[in-house]
Order: sequence, then C-alpha cells, then structure tokens
Amino acid sequence: MNFFIVSLIKIVIVFAVFMTTLAYLQWIERKVLAHIQSRTGPLRVGPHGLMQPLADVFKLLTKEDLVPPYANKFFYLLAPFIAVSLALISISIIPFGPAVTAAGYQTFEQISDVNVGILFILAIGAVSVYGVALAGWSSNNKYSLLGGLRSSAQMISYELPLTLVIVSPLLLANHLSFRSITESQMGYYLGFIPRWNIFQMPFPQIFGFIIFMIAGFAETNRLPFDLPEAENELVAGFHTEYSSMKFACFFMSEYANMVTITCVATLLFLGGWTPLFPAPYSNWVPTAVFVFAAIICFFHAIQPARKRDKYTFPVFGVMFLILAVIWAIPIIQRFLVPPWWFAAKAGALLFTYIWVRGTLPRFRYDQLMHFAWTFLFPCALANLLLTALLVALVS
Amino acid sequence: MIDSWIFIICAIVAVVCGFNLVLQKHPIASALSLIGVMGSLAVLYLLLGAEFLAMAQMIVYGGAVMVLFVFVIMLLNAGTEKASTKSWFAQILGLPLLLCFVGLLAYLVWGVLPPLRDVDFGSWVGGTAQHIGELLFTTYLLPFEVISVLILIAILGAVVLARREIE
Repeated sequence: MNFFIVSLIKIVIVFAVFMTTLAYLQWIERKVLAHIQSRTGPLRVGPHGLMQPLADVFKLLTKEDLVPPYANKFFYLLAPFIAVSLALISISIIPFGPAVTAAGYQTFEQISDVNVGILFILAIGAVSVYGVALAGWSSNNKYSLLGGLRSSAQMISYELPLTLVIVSPLLLANHLSFRSITESQMGYYLGFIPRWNIFQMPFPQIFGFIIFMIAGFAETNRLPFDLPEAENELVAGFHTEYSSMKFACFFMSEYANMVTITCVATLLFLGGWTPLFPAPYSNWVPTAVFVFAAIICFFHAIQPARKRDKYTFPVFGVMFLILAVIWAIPIIQRFLVPPWWFAAKAGALLFTYIWVRGTLPRFRYDQLMHFAWTFLFPCALANLLLTALLVALVS
Repeated sequence: MIDSWIFIICAIVAVVCGFNLVLQKHPIASALSLIGVMGSLAVLYLLLGAEFLAMAQMIVYGGAVMVLFVFVIMLLNAGTEKASTKSWFAQILGLPLLLCFVGLLAYLVWGVLPPLRDVDFGSWVGGTAQHIGELLFTTYLLPFEVISVLILIAILGAVVLARREIE
C-alpha cells in the first residue's frame, strides 16, 4: 500500500514540475531569443510577461478547431495524441536524485527505475516518429506530406549516430539502467575533477557528448535541423493543417522531447545529479546562486529601467531569498540539492538549445542528410571503437 | 493477479490488431495494426521477463522496420484498395477450407509442443541484456556472426542494385 501512495505522490510532483517547465520553457525561449535579437520579448501579460504561458494556453483552447474536409479523419485525430502521449511518457524513468528515506520509507527520487532504461527511451523515440509522419500524411496537404516524409527520413538517419554514441557511455558504466549509469559517475579524480563521463578515464566522452547533442537537435526537429517545418519552404510542415488544441499537442510534444533529450544527455554524460565538486561545499551552491539572483534583483530595483521595475524586482528578490533559505536548511538539503544539480545541468543544455536557435541558420536538406551519413555516423563509429578498445585494454 | 489481466488485455489487442491488419483496406491502417501487434507482443515479452527482447522488438520492428514501411506507403501514395470480385469457389468453399487448414495446423503444432504447464509471470530470469549478451558471444557465437555477415551482404546487394538504377 505504501508503494502506491509514494508512487502517486512522486507522479504528482514530477507531473506538476514537468508541466510548469514545459509552459515556462516557451516563455524563456521567447525572452532569450528576444534578447539575442535586441528586443524585449513578451512584456505585457503580467510582470515581465510572466503570465504569457497562461494567456497562450487560453488562446489555443479558444481557437476554432478545424478539420480539413479531405483529411483522413481517424488518423488526423490520432496523430497529435500519439505525439504528445509518447513525448510525456519518457520522463517517468528519469532519476532526479539518489535514494532518500522519508518517515522510515526508502525510495528513489524517480517514478520508476527500469532495468533497461536507456533502451526504453530509444524505443519511445523510435515509435514517436509515427505522430509526425501520420500528421503529415493524414492532412492531405502537399506541404504536410513533404514535412512528414522529411521528418521520418531525418529521424531515422539521426537515430543511427545517436544510438551508436549512447553505446560508449554504456561501455564505461557497464549497465543499462539510468540509476546505475549515474552511480558509476560518482567520485572525483584528484579530489576535484568529477568522474562524469565527459571526463571519465580511460576515454573521455567529450566528442560523444558533442555528437549526442547534435543528433539530439535533429531528433527533436529543432533549429538548425527543423527542415520538417521550414517556414520558407513548407509553410509550417507537418502541422500546417492543425489548429487549436491539436496544434498545442504538437507544440507541447516538441518541448517535452527537448526536455527528455537534455535529461538523457545529463544522465549519460554529465553525471546526473552528482555535483560539480565534493559534497560539503557543493551543498551550499544552490543557496549562493539564489542569493546572487536576489542581489541582482535588488540592484535593478534601486536603478529601475522602467517605472514598474521599482515594484516588481523587490518581489522577485524576496522570492529568491526564500528559495535560498529553503535550500540552506540541512534536513531539506538531502532531498533538494541533488535535483537542483540535475536541473542546473539540464537547464544549461536547454539554454544551449535556445541559444543555437537564435544564432545558427538552417541547413539545406541535402546538406542535412550528407552531414548525418558521411560525417556524424563515422565519427560516432570511431568514438565507439576507441572507447571499446581502451575499455578492453584497461579491464 | 494484475499480470493476468495485463496478459489478457494485451493478448486480445494483439489478436484484434492481427485481424485488423488483414481486414483493413488502406495500407497505412494495415501497417499501423501491425505496429499494434508488435507493441502488444512486446508487453507480453516484458511480462515473461524478457525485458531486452521487448525493447529490441519495439526499437527494431516497431520503430525502424515499420517506419520504413509507412514511409514507402506514403511516398508511393498508395490509396484504398478495391475489393476484388469474389469467385463462386471462394464464396462457397473459402471459409470451410480456411477452418480445415487452421485446424490441421493447430493439430500438428499441438503434437510437436511439449505438454502444457502453468505459466508463472516473472519467475524466469535470463532475459536481461547481460544474459543475452553472454549467450550471443559464447553458445551462439557462430550463428550470430554468420547472420551478421549475411546482413552485410544483403546491404551491399541493396547498394549495388540502387546504384545501377541511378546510372
């Protein structure tokens, strides 16, 4: 009985945090892109546009829900459902922290620890192509069809380097479950270099990490690989004919896939929830970061750029201070510091996603395929061979 | 208790999807039914403790192979098939002959199979990636390598055929 209650609590927490992240990721993306392009981004709804995600949800819900007359209706409705449900499933096996004991009950900070976790993620990724492909085909629109075809070809091509590059950290970890992979990356060389897989001897996976991120961009259809929805060629690609909530489903699945791939990159290459430097000091990093953020807020409140900054920034500063105090309580640190490190690493990778979108131009379609098969695939293969050789020599 | 229910549901889904695969007139619908069959089979493997096999089934068959099927169907833009005009022979004798054939097949398979036992879900260990890896590189090394070479030859053959067409 305990198991069900604890699982339910964990599911509720993970779901709430995940959904909030998805909603605000889009706000962060618009803000960061705006600042890259010397604009201010969403600013009208709420202080600094913070209520924008809520407004967007209402906008999408109240839009007219169109079904094209010559669309294959069953598959047209099935496609967004497949896309969003498969995108949201993967988060259930991501571990956010070590085993914790609360009220005499020991549990993992993870919904469920699957023995073949990494294969599960790959299986979900392999099947989620159908959402995009079906959407493109069932809309009965040439732009949609081209987008769907491009997407399926692209995802099959980039799955090869992605899968090959995942094998190398698995060779170092000697296990398929995410929890064991992360636990194999605990500890430090010389007392301060973390044993994350990008630094792990005998062969640091730094190239593997770069290849994984590139292939991950392509798998999630993000710029510079967003050929399935290239506006200047295909209007909006596979979701041209979708509106209202069905469009929101595709939108949400894209962001959920982004979060999943960054979480997997964090677990495989950046040591999951393990901190950057050893324990007694690293426990105070969250507090220090929140205090620093609070100081910045107060500084801007003293020198307001706009009139209302005088009132909004002190509020944010106080909120950051409250967070700093929460992360400073020793009993709570045990539960919250590892997820904080996990979130910090995944957040940094998500920021890279947005950064790349703001700065890199789109590939041409033949360049995209050429890049995957003649550069990325051999690189991943060479990385795997070197790792396997060195692991065999050392052991 | 709960695994029996999961087994019953997935078995029913697999059989229904299998029938649907034959009955559907549109190739895409048939292909998706086949994915349904493979997905429910993967769950059955998982119930029996063959976790690696279940995931490989989803990645290789559910993912890679069927995506190529769907891709080709979309590329050729194959439409709904028309029902062929039935011959009087098929109309009268089709169903009885089919039943006879299935009965005969079931009888023969029944004779070959070992006597039936109760299945205890989750009691079998040996489906992990480690077990399968060990078996592939010790007991079944020769078949494994032979199949690898065979697949390599098939890939080369496909490349040669595709090249000739372009020239």
